[in-house]
Amino acid sequence: MNRYYYDLHLHSCLSPCADNDMTPNNIAGMAALAGLNIVALTDHNSSRNCPAFFAAAKKQGIIPIAGMELTTAEDIHIVCLFESLTDALAFNDVIDTKRVRIPNRVDIFGDQWIMDENDSVVASEADLLSNATTLTLDDVPPLVHKHSGICYPAHVDREANGLIATLGTFPISPVFGVSEFHDEDKVEAYRKLHPKLNEMRIVISSDAHYLWDIRDKKHYFELDDEPYSSDRVRREMFRMLKGELS
Amino acid sequence: MTVHDLAEKLALRPLSVSDEERECSGVYIGDLLSWVMGRASCDNVWITIMSNINIVAVASLADVACIVLAEGVTLEENVRTTAEQKGINVFTTEKTAYEIAAELALLDL
Repeated sequence: MNRYYYDLHLHSCLSPCADNDMTPNNIAGMAALAGLNIVALTDHNSSRNCPAFFAAAKKQGIIPIAGMELTTAEDIHIVCLFESLTDALAFNDVIDTKRVRIPNRVDIFGDQWIMDENDSVVASEADLLSNATTLTLDDVPPLVHKHSGICYPAHVDREANGLIATLGTFPISPVFGVSEFHDEDKVEAYRKLHPKLNEMRIVISSDAHYLWDIRDKKHYFELDDEPYSSDRVRREMFRMLKGELS
Repeated sequence: MTVHDLAEKLALRPLSVSDEERECSGVYIGDLLSWVMGRASCDNVWITIMSNINIVAVASLADVACIVLAEGVTLEENVRTTAEQKGINVFTTEKTAYEIAAELALLDL
């Protein structure tokens, strides 16, 4: 068993609200400086910068996870993580059919750049990515599971687009095994108000939109990595998040 | 005004009706349930487009007279059943929240 420091919620320059300096190589470089081992890229409603991020992470010796921060029809943010880049991109194709198409106003929302592994802009996403999709909260887990992924509510301690702020508390369904907090100091207070959190694994992630939001290593998973391979570590992390490990 | 009179005057379609004689007083409009919980008052008519099952819990907590779902929103069967079990009145209409509110204002609710 070894400690793997993680951050499972970061945005790149593909997210309209994220800084244009959040390029795949800058994120990977900053994450390496911060001492992180496992890093997930989770842009709003898109995984299209994950291929470039995988290449950048490899150069820095970081284990990349392909993900997406999905906005449900209720305007709740859900972190979706996938065991492989292929799974994430297949999921991305489905989400493309569930998006509500509004042309992006760059002057208001910001750029939505898709980059290659050298941080060159290869395309711009034309329609706004961050708005609500047509998928309800109940629709999301089955669709993510179909693509061998896991999903859980993002930043439940935040007013904007957090599940608790939007729905008041955890609904009867769907049941999530994991919940993300932005601020670890808030976990205990939330546990008292929402006892369901006691049955859930708590993940703390930065939701970084700027390079300086990427925090120094602190939160980690203890994962069985013998015999070592990054694939094995990734697989073990998913087993743990899916509740398959005791 | 009772829930029954309200439904008749606004031509609301009933989804779950437990207490038609419940008196309504005042209106609250909102979809962010954490806000509704803290701000809707007892006996209010609560107008929303949110149809998640948590609206039943929030309606109970706030003790509103009824929920009016705007813009043709309906309930999943399990949500409707739960609303019935918990004695929550729920109606739906094609009108927008604004149109409903404007009609309610004319009724001096």
